[in-house]
This record gives sequence, structure tokens and C-alpha cells, in this order.
Amino acid sequence: MIPDVLIIGGGVVGAACALDLAEAGCRVHLLEAEGLGGGATAAAMGHLVALDGSPAELDLCRLGVERWKALAPRLGTALEFDPCGTLWVARDDEELALVRPRCEAYQVAGISAEMIDARHLHEVESCLAPHLAGGMRVPGDAVIYPPAGARLLSEAAHRAGARIETGTPVATLEPGGVRLMDGTRIAAGAVVLAAGSASREFLRHLPLVKRKGHLAITDRHPGFLRHQLVELGYLKSAHGSDADSVAFNLQPRPNGQLLLGSSRQFGDDSPELRPALLRRMIHRALDYVPGLAELNVIRCWTGFRPTTPDHRPLIGPMPGRPGLFLACGHEGLGITTAPATAALLTAQILGRSLPLDPAPFLPSRFSELAHA
Amino acid sequence: MAEGLLVIGAGPAGLAAALAASDAGMAVTLVDAQPEPGGQIWRGQWSGEARGAARAIFADLRRSAVTLRLERRVIAAPKPGCISVCGPSGPEQLPYDRLVLATGARERFLPFPGWTLPGVLGAGGLQALVKDGLDVRGRRVVVGGSGPLLLAVAAHLRAKGAHVLAVAEQAPRHALWGLAPELLRRPRLLTQGLGFLGLPLRHDAWVTRAEGDAQLRRIHFRTPSGTQVVEADLLAVGFGLISNLELPMLLGCACEGGRVTIDAAQRTSLPHVFAAGEPTGVGGVEKALAEGRVAGLMAAGREAEAARFAPEAERGRAWARALETAFAQRPELRELPEPSTILCRCEDVPVGEVQSLERGRDARLHARCGMGRCQGRTCGPAAEFLFGWAPGGPRLPLVPTTFADLVGGLSDPEQP
Repeated sequence: MIPDVLIIGGGVVGAACALDLAEAGCRVHLLEAEGLGGGATAAAMGHLVALDGSPAELDLCRLGVERWKALAPRLGTALEFDPCGTLWVARDDEELALVRPRCEAYQVAGISAEMIDARHLHEVESCLAPHLAGGMRVPGDAVIYPPAGARLLSEAAHRAGARIETGTPVATLEPGGVRLMDGTRIAAGAVVLAAGSASREFLRHLPLVKRKGHLAITDRHPGFLRHQLVELGYLKSAHGSDADSVAFNLQPRPNGQLLLGSSRQFGDDSPELRPALLRRMIHRALDYVPGLAELNVIRCWTGFRPTTPDHRPLIGPMPGRPGLFLACGHEGLGITTAPATAALLTAQILGRSLPLDPAPFLPSRFSELAHA
Repeated sequence: MAEGLLVIGAGPAGLAAALAASDAGMAVTLVDAQPEPGGQIWRGQWSGEARGAARAIFADLRRSAVTLRLERRVIAAPKPGCISVCGPSGPEQLPYDRLVLATGARERFLPFPGWTLPGVLGAGGLQALVKDGLDVRGRRVVVGGSGPLLLAVAAHLRAKGAHVLAVAEQAPRHALWGLAPELLRRPRLLTQGLGFLGLPLRHDAWVTRAEGDAQLRRIHFRTPSGTQVVEADLLAVGFGLISNLELPMLLGCACEGGRVTIDAAQRTSLPHVFAAGEPTGVGGVEKALAEGRVAGLMAAGREAEAARFAPEAERGRAWARALETAFAQRPELRELPEPSTILCRCEDVPVGEVQSLERGRDARLHARCGMGRCQGRTCGPAAEFLFGWAPGGPRLPLVPTTFADLVGGLSDPEQP
């Protein structure tokens, strides 16, 4: 039987789920408390990146990037899909030594990756500092504009029959449905919680914490950069548990703007900029791309990403709550993996064959949820 | 002992604050983005010929111990008691014990078809260009929009040889009668008004369209007797002034109704931070001078002396409120833009791309409205008027700043 599905959250993950579920024949109703793509989606850089924190993560990324490529022509130019590829940059020989096994791991996973030596690094990206040791190019990676992603996926879902409602906050989850802030009860065969960091407002014991990030964007410098640049040490920052960390990540936007990240902070729930951390993030970037120093920054901002203890998202049925499914906790990979999350969750809800191994993402992997 | 006053803005309010505090023995640093003190209103009078109140104030400033830090724009407030500025010699951090915010005002623009054509300028913007030497002799000019600035600009343009075809004031004549009681208390303004005699002022009149290919050629404006079309070279248009609240908001000063919230002694909601002049309500030079004097004296701890000037500052604020009521934008102005009319000039966002959106954040995220170089300083107030969207809060850096300067501006000498 095909259930009616209610999705809480109109970020990129909720919107991707709405599209897949609607196309699978479900009657879908998406409820977004504010505007589409305004939460963690707006705090993301929009990098569609194959990240190999674990084989499971790499698999989810691979499916995500593949599906984005298929979706991009359908969603239109407002998505700002740019197949710029990723250039992972090694600071020194120690980092460069990690590139060969990494390339091999990518190839095993079916993702094209090539090693770049120091000599060729500047041919690939001339703005890089001369002291860098080399890198790894992943030509299949790309970039999108995340808020547009959430909006365009929602619009596609709407065309497929989904009802998309913004400015409609949900108050509580109830057996067989939800209750809105205004008291209205909506029944559904399945409820998908895709509210990012706000998911904890509905399920207090979810193992989710907000991880704060800083971003900065420049005015327009077309041609300054061709690839998305990421330092090879990025995983250490992204998957580490340091209170504060920064990692170099620079992205060309289609209009010539450059978007700079990244920082990670636990335990800071204020949206205020932290000057010391922002300074560290910029210093880090100048180590890799000295020419940035003379470019104008027009805006810096912060956002929050929902993070789980093992840095993998929560995708699948919520133990002990029949009809409730989770699609949250994607941290920095929500944009890349949104369509993969949607494919997996749709198969789980409808009992169809799964596109990848669900176990690493099941909420029940956390003991506090398994015994809920 | 109180010492270390930082004044942001060297227009009348900032100058009055700096001089009052300096006279009271405080060490004062006065910062402005322009190369000369005087603000917009006394532009060019520091190096040129100073007139009226400016003459005495500039003379006092030259004799004073005030430290001038010109050509410096505020970029950030990295920690309490410190403002980062950026100037020709790079970023600097200016510590303070007391702070006076005299950040002035800017023009309000409302979009209408053709408002981005070359030849269409802000009313205050054109006046500034003329003060800086632009030759307008023989040029056919229409001045339009709203507020007392229009007549002052028209008179100035006429004095510089321009042919002022019309001054289109959108406010109805009867609304301006509401100003009469306040005007009678301000004989200086009445005298100034004599300078406006003979200007082709039309009330209840507003520009509806500017036309031309690469350059302004024709202006349509609505008057009570119907639409008129005139051939013109320049259109100077501005719908009053709006307070510059970016720095007060960045610092966390309470603001309401487009103004910094202050008490009778110019104190903001933050300790040791005062505001004076246009940020507390757009009311012109006399209000700015009175408020600046009160703020400077308060910062210097001369509360009793400050209290003597407080009533004049309060009269200035009453005048500002009366002006705001009299020159309120009429609702018909919301109907002017067409779907193709540009709303955000930095990002080329037309009105039609955002008018169906629910909230300002949607417009910023999904249409990049207000996300360009000026960070919504121009289109934010227009969108607020057209759609009721609250402008986004200020973001660091307050003006475009290089990464190198931003790092310098954010550095903490105590924590290298």
C-alpha cells in the first residue's frame, strides 16, 4: 500500500525526499516552518563532493553526485550546477603520500580521481601557492547553489503532485501524524523528519548537536579559480571532534564570486561571527591562495549543521515509532547526499529494493535510539 | 577620569560631539570615510569656503586637540570597546571608553521604470557631484521625490546655472501644513525658505517613468491635473533620507522604527555608547548640532551641562518626527515599478523576480536581492516599503574589504 507522507522540513533533504516520494506515487505534503532552503541548506557551500570518511559515506556521496548530475538538466539553470571538479591540495609530502591510496579507494568505489604532482599543480590551478606539494583531482565533483536546490526540488515535487507549504511550523509529532502550531492535526501514513538541527525539537533524545560554521564571499573575479579547492587535511577537521577547527575550502561561483570556508565549532549556538576563528579561517586560506589577500570580501556569515556522533546522517525508520522516518543529521554533506538520502528513504518507506547498504545510516545504530 | 572618546562620523553631529567632549578635556578621535570633515551637508566647505554654522565649527576644530582620522571606513567591531576601520594605510583598531555614533543618513530610493538610466541620480547625490565641481549650467533638470532636501537641491542647482523644470514633491500640500507650527518656531528655516521662491514646485506630484535609450531623455510625472511629459537631461530623485543604522545594529544598539533608540541624554541601549544626529531621526543640522553637543558632554561626564542643551535636542527630534509624518510616502508609489523594473542594482534583480515571495530572506536567498556589493543598503529600504520586508541585519565587513585588511581589522593584539 502506498502511504500518504508528511515531510517536516523544506531544506534540500526534505525537498529531495518530497520529489522522490511524489514520483513514487505517494501523496506528499511538505511542511516548512519558514522559507525553503533557509536553514542548514543556506549555511552550506553547495559542494557536490565525494568524501571518504568511510566507505559507507563515499558510497552515499557517489550516489548523491550521480543523482544530482541526472537532476541538474531537469531543474534548470537556476540550480547553478557547475561541474568544476574538486582539487584536493597537499601541503607537504606527508599529505601527498596519502593521495595515491586515496585515489585507489576512489577508483574502487567507481569514482574517477587522479594524482597531481607539484609540477602540474600550477597548470591545473595557477592561483595556488608555490610551496604546495601536489594534490588529487576528482573531476566528477561539482557545485550547486544550495537554496536554489531546495526550491527547485520542491517545485519539481509540486509538479509531481506534492503539496509544499512554507511558513507552517509543526508543533509536535503525534502517533499517525503531526500537530501544527495553530492546533491543526494532520494525519499521515508516514512522517519524515527532515528538519536539520531543529529535528531535536521534536525528538529530544536524537543524538544531534549543532555545529557552527563560518563562510565569507567575495565580489566578482571571473576566471580566478577553476576548481573547488579543498585541503587534504579537510577530513581531519570535518570528522574530528576538536572544539574549534578550520580547513581551507575555496569555491568558484558561476558569477565569479569566490566562496570561502570552512570552520567548525561545537558548543556555540550564537549566530554571531567569532573574529578569532574567522581570522584563522582566512589565514589558512592565504597559505594556499596568497592572491586572495587583495580580493574584496563583501559578506561573512555563520550557519549551523546538524551533526551526529559518528558524522553519518540518520536515515531510516525511528525505532519504536511506527510510521516515523528520519532524514537528518547530514552535517556538511547534506547537499551532496540529499538525492541519495531521498532514494534510500523512499525505498525504505515503500519496502522496495535499497540502492545501497542502509545499515551505516540507520537511526538504530545509536543505542539511545535503539532502546527508545 | 573619563577619557578616550571615539566619534564615528564628522558631520555636524559628530563635530559637535567631538568639540564638546574635547573642550571638556577628553581625548577625542573623530573618524570619517570622507577626506574632509563636514559630512554630506557641509561637503567641500573644509577646504573651500565655510558658511554659517560650519565656519565657527571648523575654526574650533582647527584649534582643538581632536585627532582626525579621515578616509577611514568602519569595517567591524571585533570586541567591546574597539572599532576596526580601514583607510589608505590599511586596517586600524581604534579602542574607546566612550563612543558617539553620528553615522548620518543616506537617500531613500524607490524604483520606478527607468530609475537606473544614466542621467537619473539621487537628489543628494547630484548635489554632492555639483559641490565637487560637476558643471550643470544650462542642463534641464527635474527634481523629484520627497522631503525638504528637494527644494534645497533645486535651489542649489538653479544657483549653479541649471534650468530646473519642475520640483515634484509627492507629499500632499495639506500634509505640509502640519509643519507650520514647528516652522514658526524656526525662523531660520523660514528665511532659508525665501531662497526657494520661484522654484517650480508641484505638490501631489511624482515621477512615474524615466525614458531614454542609453541616456535619460524624457520624464513622465503625475500631477493632480494629469500626467506631464518633459524632455530633460538630468533627473535628481530621492524619497527622503534614511538613517545609517548598520554600525549601531552591528554593535547591538536597540533600534526601532528606523532609528536608534536613545534617552533624553542621547544614551543608546549600550553602556557608554551615544548616538546623535540623523541616526536618531532625520531632522537636519540644528538637531544634529544640539544632539551632538549633548552626546559629547555626556560622554565627558558633564551631565548637568548636557541637560541644558537636552531640550533643544528634543525639539529637534520633534521636528524630525513632524517631517517624517509630513513627507510619508504615499501608497501609490508602490504601484510604480513594473515587473521588469530593477529593484537590486548590484545583482540586477527585477521587481518581478521577487514580488511573489513571502519574505525578505526568500528574496535574498533565492533571487540574491540585496546580496551584492552594497549589501542591500539601497534595495533593502525600497523592498521594505514595497513589500513590508524587514531588511536583513548588517553583516561583516560593513563595507567591502580585502581579506588582508579584514584579517588586520579582526586581529587581537592580546591574542596573536
